[in-house]
Amino acid sequence: MDNTDKQILNMIQTGFPVVAEPYVAIGRSVGISEEEAYQRVMELMESGIIRRLGASFDSRGLGWTSTLCTMCIPPEKIEKCASVVSEHPGVTHNYERDHKFNLWFTYIAPDKDTVSKTLKEIESKTGYKVYNLPMIKKFKIKVDFQFD
Amino acid sequence: MKKEINAADVKLMTELQGSIPMSKRPFKEIANKLKMTEDEVVEKVQSYGNKKYYRRFGATLRHQKAGFKANGMVIWSVPDESMRTKIGERLASHREVSHGYERPSFDEWPYHIYTMVHGETEAEVRGIAKQMSAEVGITDYDVLFSTREFKKTSMRYFDNWPVCE
Repeated sequence: MDNTDKQILNMIQTGFPVVAEPYVAIGRSVGISEEEAYQRVMELMESGIIRRLGASFDSRGLGWTSTLCTMCIPPEKIEKCASVVSEHPGVTHNYERDHKFNLWFTYIAPDKDTVSKTLKEIESKTGYKVYNLPMIKKFKIKVDFQFD
Repeated sequence: MKKEINAADVKLMTELQGSIPMSKRPFKEIANKLKMTEDEVVEKVQSYGNKKYYRRFGATLRHQKAGFKANGMVIWSVPDESMRTKIGERLASHREVSHGYERPSFDEWPYHIYTMVHGETEAEVRGIAKQMSAEVGITDYDVLFSTREFKKTSMRYFDNWPVCE
């Protein structure tokens, strides 16, 4: 990854140009041709540095609701409980953390009723309490890492 | 769920929730597929941004590959509710923090503020948390690392959109 790649990444992480010819705009902004800009982005995709190029939809903007949940599961049962949780398409992340509260998952649903219904279902299927931790306040969101 | 989002919007947004086509004219490819014009697609996609349907239109990186190896969830106990905003903002202002939230607490889970801290190593993340702790004077905190990932996907809202008439 050279400096031009880093400049491109810094730009298209925050905003890929939503115009008919985006690579003309990217090229212009970093001082290269459309062809070179296109080739470089294609290589960054192929090498896996770019995971995805598209819209990051916002659950709140779409009027959906999202939450973070945690559960305390005996370690020997965690895999089974995790698979019950992962079954739901609205569960986007599900992972184990090194704590007594060891199962963590994010859940997105069209409305709050669906959230309660799903969490109750998970509780009854696993036999363990789900702690619902919806956001009360957001202090900062910064998803792009700038390259120096 | 926003009622003004219609079936045509759901179809177009379906094309944007994964990766757009690798092409010099990606919006034209989408337009061809959906029997729309390139201008219509560009205009719609811009309008979705203006309406805040999406936060960002762009590249999502594989963070690990880009050099951030350790990601810790640092949780803070701030029993005094009136202090939470000030402390949360201070904690979230750190360069190494990507997200900062206040969330509900429980008797058996007495934490109020969550910050995601990124570094090269777990030791570095713990070091940053220690500095943050000294700065805000909160000593009741913990650093949790993920030890196993059971599922990680991007939400596919439009495959799961409830009514689509």
